[in-house]
Amino acid sequence: MSSYRVERWDRVSVAATAALCAVVVALAFVPLVIGANGVDKLTTLLVYLILAVMWNALAGYAGLVSVGQQAFFGLGAYFAIQLSNHGVGVYLSLLLASLLAGLVSVPTSLFVLRLRAGVFAIGTWVVAEAFHLLVNLDHSVGGVTGTSLTALNAFSAGDRRDYNYWATLGAAVVLLALTFSLLRSRTGASLPAIRDDEDAAASVGVRVLATRWVVYVFAAIGCGAAGALWLATSITFQPNSYFSVQWTAYMIFMVLVGGLGTFEGPIVGAIVFFLIQDRFGDQGVWYLVGLGGAAIFFALFLGRGVWGSVVDRFGLKLLPVGYRLRRDERT
Amino acid sequence: MIWLNQVVTGVLLGGYYALLASGLSLMFGVMRIINLAHGDLAILGAFFTFLVADRTGWSPFAALIVVLPAMAGIGWILQRTMFERSLRSGVLVPLLTTFGLAIVIENLLFEKYGADTRSLGPQIGNLAFDSWQITGQIFIGHLSALIFVVAVGVLGVLHLILRRTPVGRALRATAEDADTAELVGVNSRAVYAVAAGISVAIAGLAGVFLAMRSSYDPYSGPLQLIFAFEAVVIGGIGSLWGTLAGGIVLGVAQNIGAQLNPEWQILAGHVVFLAILGARLVLTAIGDRGGLAVVLGREA
Repeated sequence: MSSYRVERWDRVSVAATAALCAVVVALAFVPLVIGANGVDKLTTLLVYLILAVMWNALAGYAGLVSVGQQAFFGLGAYFAIQLSNHGVGVYLSLLLASLLAGLVSVPTSLFVLRLRAGVFAIGTWVVAEAFHLLVNLDHSVGGVTGTSLTALNAFSAGDRRDYNYWATLGAAVVLLALTFSLLRSRTGASLPAIRDDEDAAASVGVRVLATRWVVYVFAAIGCGAAGALWLATSITFQPNSYFSVQWTAYMIFMVLVGGLGTFEGPIVGAIVFFLIQDRFGDQGVWYLVGLGGAAIFFALFLGRGVWGSVVDRFGLKLLPVGYRLRRDERT
Repeated sequence: MIWLNQVVTGVLLGGYYALLASGLSLMFGVMRIINLAHGDLAILGAFFTFLVADRTGWSPFAALIVVLPAMAGIGWILQRTMFERSLRSGVLVPLLTTFGLAIVIENLLFEKYGADTRSLGPQIGNLAFDSWQITGQIFIGHLSALIFVVAVGVLGVLHLILRRTPVGRALRATAEDADTAELVGVNSRAVYAVAAGISVAIAGLAGVFLAMRSSYDPYSGPLQLIFAFEAVVIGGIGSLWGTLAGGIVLGVAQNIGAQLNPEWQILAGHVVFLAILGARLVLTAIGDRGGLAVVLGREA
C-alpha cells in the first residue's frame, strides 16, 4: 500500500541551498583573491542578477509584464546622487535611494496595478518616460547631460571597487533571500493563482490587488537598489542611459532564457547574459539583434527557459519555493 | 491668439496620432495583442519609403503604392510566423515576442542605415512648409491638414469595412469570440492575418507621415508606440473613432505644454494621459462601491 506526503525540502534541495550559502560566503572573500578586473565584472553580474530576480518576481510569479522597471532603476540612481549631494554618506545614500524608489512606486501603483496585461505593460513604460522627462528637467543634476557621484572620490579607486562589490553582494543576497521568503509565504502561494486566473483566485479569497502591490513595490525597491549600485560602479549619471528601456530588455532576456516563473531561472539567466555580454558585447548592434531574436525564440519555443526545461525533465528543485507530492513506498 | 494656433495645430497633430493608434487598436481589438513593435513597424515603413523614393526618383507619395502592400505583407507574415504561435500561450508571450521583435527591427535598421536622423521633408517640396493663414496668428500647415484628412479617411474606410463588408463581419465576429466564429464557418486564422496586414500597413503609412512632417531615426519607434498607446487609452480601448478623439486630446496637450515651455511638450502628453487614466480609475472605483452618493455616505 502506498500513501502520499507533501514535502518542500528533499535531500537535493537541502544540499543545493547549503552549497549556495557556501558560495555566498566564498564570494565575500573574492576581492582578497582576484584582481580588479574580476571584481568589477562580478559586481556587474550581481547587478544583473538583482534585476533578473526582480523582473521574474513581477512577470514570472505575479504575471505583471512590466516594460517600465527602468523607472525605478533610474530613480534609484537619481535619488542616490541627490542624497549624496545633500551631504548624506555615499553608501547610506545608495540604501536610502532604493527605499525612496520603492516609496515612489506606491503612488505609481495606484495608476498601473489595475491595468491588465498589455495595457499594464505600456502603462508602466509611460510612467517610466514621465519620470525620465521629469529628471531631465532637474538642472541640479545637470538635466539631460547628467552629472557624477563625486562623493565617491573620497575613497581610493581600489577601496571604492571593493566597497561597491561588497555593497552589491550584500544587496543581492538580501534581495534574493527576501524574494525566497516572499515566494514561500502565503502571499507567494497566491501569486501564481492570480497570474493564472485572477477571477478564480479572487473567488477563493485571495486579495488580488494587495498581493500584486507587495510584489510591485518590492521589485521597485530592488530595481532602485540596482540603479543606485550601478551608479556607484559607473560614477556618471546620464538620465538617458539610466531610464533607457534597454534595461527592461536585459531583464526580459535574462528571465526568458533562464526560465520565467522558476526561482533558479533568473540566476541562470543572469549568468548566461553576463557571459554573452562579456563575449559579444563589443559586437554592438548585432549583439542586440541577437538578444531580441533570442527573446523571441525562447518566448515562442522554450517558454520555460533553460532552467525550466531542466526542472521539467529531472524534477529538480534546488531552492524550493513550492510544494510537491511524493509517494511513500511502504510495504 | 498664439494659444489658439497651438490648439488648432494640436488638433491636426491628433490626426497623425489617430492614424498611428488605429492600427494598434485594430490588432488589440481583434487579437487581444498589444503589439510592442507597432512604433518600430511605423519607422520601418518610413525607411522603406525613403529607400523606394531614393532608388526610383519617385515622390514619397508614389512610393506608397509599393510600400503599403509590402507592409501589409509583412504584417501577414508576422502573424503567420510569430503572433499566431504566441497567441496560443496566453497573454505574456505575445508581449514578450513583440518586444523582442521591436529590438530586432530597431537594431537591424541601425545596422543598415546608421544613427543619422532623416526626413522625407525635402522630397515633398513646398508641401512640407506651406500653410494657409487663417487670421493674424493662426496658420494651418498644408501637410498637417493633409495628414488629418487622410487619417479621418482611413478611419472612415476602416469603419465601412468593419460595418459593411463580409470581411468586416468576420473580423467583428472573431474579435467577439473566435471559437464560436469558427463554428459558423469563419476562418479565424485568415481573419487574424488580414487584421495584422491592415494594422501594419496603417502603421507604415503613419511612419511615412512622421518622416514627412518631422524627422526619424532607427530608434524613433518606441516613442511613437507610446503616443499611439496614449491615444488609444485616452479615446477608450477598442473604439475606432475614439482613437481620433484620443489623438486630438494628446496633440493639443503636447502643443499647449510646448507653448508653456518647449521642454514640457512630451511630458504634458504623459501627464494628461495619466490624469485621464487616474480619473477613470477613481470613477470605476466609485462605481464599484455603488455610486458617488454611497461613497460620500449620503445614502445607505
